[in-house]
Amino acid sequence: MSDFAVRPSRRHVLGGAAAGLAAPFILRSEVLGQSTFDWKRFSGAKLDVMLVKNPRSDLLQAHEKEFTALTGIQVSSEQIPEQQQRQKAMIEFTSGRPTFDVCMLALHVQKRLAAKGRWLEDLRPFLADASLTSPDFDYADFAEGAVGFGRQADGSIDTLPHFIDFWMVYYNKEMFEQKGVAYPKSMDEMFVAAQKLNDPAKGVAGFVSRGLKNANIPVWTSWLLGQGMETVSPTGQLLTDTPEAIWAGEMYKRMNREVAPPGTVGFNWNECQTTFMQGRAAMWLDGIGFATPLEDPTKSRIVGKVGYGVTPPGPKGHHSALFGDGLGISRTSAKKQASWLYLQYMCNKGNQLAMLKAGAGSPGRSSALANPAAREGSRFPKEYFECLAASGKIARAGLPQIIPVTEFRDVFGVGLTNTLSGADVATELKKATEAFKPVLEKSEQG
Amino acid sequence: MTAIDLPASTATADVEKPQKLAPRRYYLFALPALVLIAGVIIFPWVFTLVMSLMEFKVGGSVEFVGSANFAKLFADARFGESVLRTFWFTILAVVLPIVIGTWAAVVFHREFPWRGVLRTVFIMPMMATPVAVALVWTMMFHPQLGVLNYLLSVIGLPPFAWVYDPSTVIITLVLVEVWHWTPLVMLIVLGGMAALPSDPYDSATIDGATDWQMFRFITLPLILPYIMVAVVIRTIDALKVFDTIFVITQGGPGTASETLNIFLYLQAFQFYNLGYASAVVVVFFVIIIALSLLLLYVRQKLKWNA
Repeated sequence: MSDFAVRPSRRHVLGGAAAGLAAPFILRSEVLGQSTFDWKRFSGAKLDVMLVKNPRSDLLQAHEKEFTALTGIQVSSEQIPEQQQRQKAMIEFTSGRPTFDVCMLALHVQKRLAAKGRWLEDLRPFLADASLTSPDFDYADFAEGAVGFGRQADGSIDTLPHFIDFWMVYYNKEMFEQKGVAYPKSMDEMFVAAQKLNDPAKGVAGFVSRGLKNANIPVWTSWLLGQGMETVSPTGQLLTDTPEAIWAGEMYKRMNREVAPPGTVGFNWNECQTTFMQGRAAMWLDGIGFATPLEDPTKSRIVGKVGYGVTPPGPKGHHSALFGDGLGISRTSAKKQASWLYLQYMCNKGNQLAMLKAGAGSPGRSSALANPAAREGSRFPKEYFECLAASGKIARAGLPQIIPVTEFRDVFGVGLTNTLSGADVATELKKATEAFKPVLEKSEQG
Repeated sequence: MTAIDLPASTATADVEKPQKLAPRRYYLFALPALVLIAGVIIFPWVFTLVMSLMEFKVGGSVEFVGSANFAKLFADARFGESVLRTFWFTILAVVLPIVIGTWAAVVFHREFPWRGVLRTVFIMPMMATPVAVALVWTMMFHPQLGVLNYLLSVIGLPPFAWVYDPSTVIITLVLVEVWHWTPLVMLIVLGGMAALPSDPYDSATIDGATDWQMFRFITLPLILPYIMVAVVIRTIDALKVFDTIFVITQGGPGTASETLNIFLYLQAFQFYNLGYASAVVVVFFVIIIALSLLLLYVRQKLKWNA
């Protein structure tokens, strides 16, 4: 024990008293880091924001009043259904005069388009500018996977990863218990488990996933990630007819033909969700962002019985397919700095935590996931949060980071759908690869 | 009556003068309509035609490629299949409502109790918007949870795949069209039947004709012009149907219900290939014009006074 602790001097006592008196002010200043930051410097500005229609955008709009009270900046935002929003973004950015300052982008579809068209402002100068970035913003708090997803190949950061979605396995715990089946430890085991749980006579399928063209691609890529491989190499080469891709295609085919409900060839996520929610399937592979209705007693028959499992490992890899949305500032906006304040505020720790608590999706920030407050009063069990955290650690892009993502999904989606009608996987993938190759090559030229 | 003799030449000049000037005066009045038509109809068409000769991808370069888009189109198996599928869908979606609608018109033309109420119920599907109709049918088609398979199970039949099988998707979509648009055909034909003269029927009754003979030899020939009107309207509608198919199947499973409109939508608004999509529009336009002219020619031939 030190001499100071045993016999404090008069100077120490006076110093301690002064520190004690000053402490509340220092702490307050640290807690409200924003108090030292000038949020009002762009007061009077008016921002136009284009969002995608979803529960997360509802929350963003709900926060607008607080943002205006804090900054004096008015926000005019609109939510547009996903497909139309993407079309509007494409056309407006291409016109060179978008009508909005801030835009929500689907990173899994529009990331490379945004880079090629130079749609968005690089956020790095803003992040480096202490006069523009609140000290409590803490960009390092965004999960590594999310940050990587939002970063372009040249290192520029043109979006804040507001929302990330992981593919995982929803499973019906009651069905598993009744048949004495354990949660699968590998993709091959998953098929075996689905066979055991499959009971067509009772109208229960062992497994359900998307079969509809275009929508079915993440199912295939999820299996492919189990081979430690994506559909396009880092150098831009298509890996879609490799033995690994064919293995993933075979997995897709047998899971959707042998242990799935009839008609999955036309199933999108909503049909899968309805089937699982009504207790007609034992497992469902899809994004964790679709979890909310499963725990809603007015919509679901399996409330409290839902298990949230991390996608099992494949033969050569263990990954969860990653998708996400980002918020970016239009490069042609005349109000970039005010827009940056909007981005900061909407993606701050409190609002990201609110998103998780509301069950609106998984936020890009690690602190939100780690915060015990997220679980308090949540409709989701502990397992849901554990699945989110574990999936985040093994997340990898679920779609190729190329420009013609939509064509990719269409061409390969049709090929995969054909396999559900009995077509040979290798032949369909080879055909699709040949059809898509010139489209990919051309997209990089123009 | 007092006759006024005027020199022939003067009278002719007075009559002819306004006739010569009239068209020039009327040009001014026609100008707004001409400008409107030029801006709204002619310009978009010329622009589409020009775009069909371009390699034009949103966000990419624009270059003149001549007829390359058309050459690519005719070599595109998916386009060819979508054309055939469009024709198959159109034939079914025209013939079935015409047959059922005509039969319904004959039934509702007769007097029977509750006729007014039943006629109102029959035409109700027509009042619903196509997207709402499509959403409701989508739920009903669900293979496990849809009401249609439940009804089949009640009468001991196995479940049907409906729109979730490539081999049954088109006929199922036609079913939706039939449910939605048969009332329109019924209304058109019923209107025609109300205008039929009663004399032929009186004569036929005296001659001892049966109901079928009266329908076959009197009603049908007389209402054929009205049926042809319904055929023209239904053909154009069925050719351009998009919302129902897109909402229910998005052209799937695979490409099993991908009609020309869905193919066009994908090229233009999903892949942003505006040049190629414009070529599809031009071909589609030619098909619609050719079919419309054919149907109008047939209609002209079937007119009562023809």
